[in-house]
Amino acid sequence: MSAVDIDDVVKTYGAMQVIHGVDLSIADGEFVVLVGPSGCGKSTLLRMVAGLEDISGGTISIGGTVVNELAPKERNIAMVFQNYALYPHMTVAQNMAFSLRLNRVGREEIRQKVERAADILGLGALLDRYPAQLSGGQRQRVAMGRAIVRNPEVFLFDEPLSNLDAKLRVQMRAEIGELHQRLRTTTIYVTHDQIEAMTMADRIVVMNAGRVEQVGSPLELYDRPRNLFVAGFIGSPAMNFIPGRIVERQFRSPLGVVAPLPRGINAAEGTEVVCGIRPDQITLGDEGAPAEVSVVEPTGAETLVVLRAGGVPIQAVLRDRRQIRPGEAVSFRLEPEAMHLFDAGTGVRL
Amino acid sequence: MSERVPKYRYTAGQVTIVRAIWVLIGAVLALMTLFPLLWMVSISFKTQAEMFDMGLVPANPTLDNFRYVFTQVDFVRYLLNTFFVAATVTLVALLFHSMAGYALARLRFPGREAIFLTMFSTFLVSLPVIIVPLFILVRSLGMLNSFSGLIIPSIFNAFGIFLLRQFYLSVPRELEEAALIDGAGHFRIYWSVILPISRPILSALAILFFLANWNAFLWPLTVTRDPELRLVQVAIAGFQGQYTAAWNYIMAASTVVALPMLVLFLIFQRQIMDSLKTSGLK
Repeated sequence: MSAVDIDDVVKTYGAMQVIHGVDLSIADGEFVVLVGPSGCGKSTLLRMVAGLEDISGGTISIGGTVVNELAPKERNIAMVFQNYALYPHMTVAQNMAFSLRLNRVGREEIRQKVERAADILGLGALLDRYPAQLSGGQRQRVAMGRAIVRNPEVFLFDEPLSNLDAKLRVQMRAEIGELHQRLRTTTIYVTHDQIEAMTMADRIVVMNAGRVEQVGSPLELYDRPRNLFVAGFIGSPAMNFIPGRIVERQFRSPLGVVAPLPRGINAAEGTEVVCGIRPDQITLGDEGAPAEVSVVEPTGAETLVVLRAGGVPIQAVLRDRRQIRPGEAVSFRLEPEAMHLFDAGTGVRL
Repeated sequence: MSERVPKYRYTAGQVTIVRAIWVLIGAVLALMTLFPLLWMVSISFKTQAEMFDMGLVPANPTLDNFRYVFTQVDFVRYLLNTFFVAATVTLVALLFHSMAGYALARLRFPGREAIFLTMFSTFLVSLPVIIVPLFILVRSLGMLNSFSGLIIPSIFNAFGIFLLRQFYLSVPRELEEAALIDGAGHFRIYWSVILPISRPILSALAILFFLANWNAFLWPLTVTRDPELRLVQVAIAGFQGQYTAAWNYIMAASTVVALPMLVLFLIFQRQIMDSLKTSGLK
């Protein structure tokens, strides 16, 4: 197990820079999730750690050793790919043993390591099967088994659950979490799915356009997003954004929303702001800003209601089962202490 | 929801007529392909006297023609020569073509595209066009009248390299990256990952290369004089020259040459069709 240090790392393709000086320290045994929209550079950063992409600037260290010039096999890492990348002509056992065979590990030791990994992942009965004879979840487990047998210093996961259906994804998510609890190997996990990030990570790194927007624990990011991008990216359904300004120590929006400023906010009078509010912090009632119900989506435990206030869509999650229909006129209020205020110009949290 | 109504409707009778026409066309095409083969086999069992009888079934079937081919001419040697040349060309070509195809598809080196385009452009030139310079080249290398002269020039052609390159371009890059992380170098990736997954396309190419070399005529005729090195197609043409009227011997020899290919086809019919489909060849 080892710490990973990413220091001012830059990646350029010709004249185009895609990673702009990323700094990140990952502690020994930590589970860090890189999350962000497509094209934000998270996979590129992971591939640079793996040695599959050259590092254009800065340094990457694993266990205190700078690995910039080392080949992937010399970095003692293991990677699980989105499409599993299992060797189709090898059985499950052969797939898992391939790296050990290349490292000239003895036959008996290979057998023991493969069987141990198979036991951990419940693959014992599948060792003689070929990848084509396995389901998506089983293939994913074999890909993890291939990583485990090498006993690497760092596990790298590149969107490993993207090809699975929703139910299996939840199951595999738990299995990966359990595996990390058991092995405590430093893990870097890339995903574009913020739910995966929230449920699995010790720390989340939110990336956007080749830059790190914020690093923190899942709840830190949820409770105190540093800017509008993180606020909009973390949380499902996404946070609502209501434009307005500060007037007499109150947030006032043209949509009719008026709320006292949360404690600790010292913004100048007249500042243009954006108020972020989570859908579960909106209350429907007789008082507040007027809106019209646009969509009602009951999911059983809760109901997602999309309102339209002055043309701006507002999402609200209701926990009670009230009769509400599209087209109905309602009023909504915000929970003042749950408001997140961002500078309208810079997008930075106030 | 409105039900989708097909634009044209045919009666059962019309469908049957169209099917019958297709079957008829198929049957005519099959007959046109098979008839020369049947006639070849038929003549090979006929005596010289009844050679030009129009009937497909010989009146007095005889094995004399085959006996002649195997006893009066060294036909077994020609068959073995041909098998040796075709098999060697196929094996060596597949090895080199797959290496070249992989390098052109995956490795980054200066001039890669230029090399590929130069190779590709040789598609435009057929063997008769280059046969004289090729002959001069082979003569300068001292390979005339030798197995190396028969084998080496036949190994190099752009077709296999092109096809394999296209196949390797479609192989997921992650497979190689996984092997790279597992500790494999370029050659190990090629040998342990790429070659095994190329089996379908390699079998298709093996069949095509073997057939082409089994039936090769022009180059073997040009490059060898020694009867010890003669290949079957040249030997059959030789029958024609020496025994102009002896079609019965020519057809018996042709039947013998076609037989291994037919047997191979019957045994591996499914694999051959599958591999041809896999490789996108027709």
